[in-house]
Amino acid sequence: MTTEGLSRAERLAAEPLRPAGPRSGFFTGTWRSMTDLSSHRELLDLLVRRELKARYKDSVLGFFWSLAKPLAMLLVYYVAIGKFLGAEQTPGRPTGIPGFAIFIFTGLTAWQLFSDIVVGSTGSIVANSGLVKKVYVPREVYPLSVVGAALFNFAIQMVILLGATVLMGDFPTGRRWAYFVLAFAVLVVWSTAVGLLLAAVNVYLRDVQYLIEILIMIFMWASPILYAWKFVEGTVRGFWLDLYLANPMTLVVLGFQRALWVAGSGELFPGNLAQLLLIALAVSVLALWVCQRVFARLQSNFAQEL
Amino acid sequence: MSVPVIEIADVSKRFVIRKEKSLKERIVNFGRSNLHKDDFWALKDVNVTIGSGSTVGLIGPNGSGKSTLLKLIGGIIQPNSGSVRLRGRLAALLELGAGFHPDLTGRENVYLNASILGISRAQTNRYFDAIVDFSGIEPFIDTQVKFYSSGMYVRLAFSVAVHVDPDILLVDEVLAVGDEPFQRKCMDRIRGFQHEGRTIVLVTHALDQVADLCDRALVLEHGHVVADGEPQHALRVLRADFESARQNEIERAQARSSTAPAPAARIAWATVGGETSGEQTVSVRSFDPLRVRVHIEPEQPLKDWVLGIGVQTAMGTTVFGTNTQLLGIDTPPLEEPATFEFVLRDLNLGEGLYTIRADLVGGDGHEIHRLPEAASLQVHGDGRSQGSIAANSSFARA
Repeated sequence: MTTEGLSRAERLAAEPLRPAGPRSGFFTGTWRSMTDLSSHRELLDLLVRRELKARYKDSVLGFFWSLAKPLAMLLVYYVAIGKFLGAEQTPGRPTGIPGFAIFIFTGLTAWQLFSDIVVGSTGSIVANSGLVKKVYVPREVYPLSVVGAALFNFAIQMVILLGATVLMGDFPTGRRWAYFVLAFAVLVVWSTAVGLLLAAVNVYLRDVQYLIEILIMIFMWASPILYAWKFVEGTVRGFWLDLYLANPMTLVVLGFQRALWVAGSGELFPGNLAQLLLIALAVSVLALWVCQRVFARLQSNFAQEL
Repeated sequence: MSVPVIEIADVSKRFVIRKEKSLKERIVNFGRSNLHKDDFWALKDVNVTIGSGSTVGLIGPNGSGKSTLLKLIGGIIQPNSGSVRLRGRLAALLELGAGFHPDLTGRENVYLNASILGISRAQTNRYFDAIVDFSGIEPFIDTQVKFYSSGMYVRLAFSVAVHVDPDILLVDEVLAVGDEPFQRKCMDRIRGFQHEGRTIVLVTHALDQVADLCDRALVLEHGHVVADGEPQHALRVLRADFESARQNEIERAQARSSTAPAPAARIAWATVGGETSGEQTVSVRSFDPLRVRVHIEPEQPLKDWVLGIGVQTAMGTTVFGTNTQLLGIDTPPLEEPATFEFVLRDLNLGEGLYTIRADLVGGDGHEIHRLPEAASLQVHGDGRSQGSIAANSSFARA
């Protein structure tokens, strides 16, 4: 054997044997999953770029299309709900929602991120089945790359939203941003948790990816995106109100509105929104951990189920 | 003894084939879901230890569990029982360009694919020119991969793959892609890997590649390791299996069509050098003439027939073959068993073990019967040469 071969053999002899593939322990595997993932940061970065570059590669307008959908939704809801159904506050309708365009776009931006992450993640393992079957990398990178790409789109929408607030002369300042940071953290952690879980389940039950699109559509109405919180509080009470507020996305949307919807400063919000968001954050982190462990457990059979 | 880098202990892997996948089907068939399950053991109680620096070939018929074993080593799937443990960095080339995205350019794909194979970006930057140079598709590196020819595609993928720096390399059927000069480059690279003491585990159906590259071969069959050792030995086991499978197939085909005629004749035996029994290995020297006797037993009168013999190396390569047609002989009609003799003069075989094959073919070209390893032959050379043929050689200033 050559000297190079011998030195390699010596180095290997000093290393302990390690099991091939991911470690399965429910609790003990957490640390290993994290180190595994952090050693694949560069791959994650490249996958996010791939996701973004490949999405509108051959279209003339490119990234514009990722904005077209929320802008079209804004226009439709603004005209249909704000004008026709009379949700917008006008001199003749003092009970309406002030700054209605900003209000709607704030909620839609938050919801769009949630929907991008959840829907994208759900299909991510199946979409990358070629890779999953052939190369071992921590499989979490596929849903996480969707999260990365969705965050990029979110950033563009935020720029537009903030530009609009500047135009309206209502740029949010000061302590409001604390709500934004908190709500944003809940949003990312919670949607990643849901996305990871569904990505794994979808491998075994492909119906999930179709089901989730419908659920996303339905649940959009379970958060105060297209209507204001004050209408809810005036209608439901007691247990049902608690249930409504137990939805992390409701809190996220309220948090976004509290931060970015300056015209609505005088409007009604749940009094303990900050506490509720903190609780939601804690729950989301816990959910993320549980979902990641479930994902780790299920991923050992991904290659043969695809 | 080299350091074990792969330890496979009592590994079994079962595959469950569910025939339904959708929610509707599962609900409809809920109570009977076991009827819609099919499972089989892809691997059963496999124990293998592979030492560092060795090159191991996994061979076997289709569906014998070779690729499953490779995927277990790669951590892509998990065993149902037993454990697979490794030392050192591992890279798996199970499919070339698995991570290539058609809409990205060659350059972008190189970075992505390298990252998937575990090469850091800094390393890729360093190797980038070498990778592109190796692939030989420099003019197209900024073109989207979907416009590549399939040859260019695999060349680029292979170039990335061979620039990984693993201690263990798993290869599945992807050695030697592209045109001949490129194939040669690939094989050189693999030999370089061996020279550097990397461990290579390869799955292939190209048996001569196994003989050529590997220092050990495992034959898998129905999830069991049926042979483990020298490639020559393993290849013989595998070839014997293939032969018996082929015979079974012929018999089944005959059983299916009752109208098909029974074999018209069979070759009872063939011997070398006057020995009466084909069981023993006959020893001869390099330049000895060889007499091959073949005994044919016709079941029914045999009119138009051709008898052929061949000399094969232990690897199964035919180094010499002839038949009565090539020799320009009109074979007489045959009604009784008869023995015929081929005399091979000036057959200069090199040192090694050879086998004799005999086959009987009808005038219409259909095989009537054949003995793939009718006799074996140990040739002793003069120690002055290597390879399958011998020559009287000398060396002097010209």
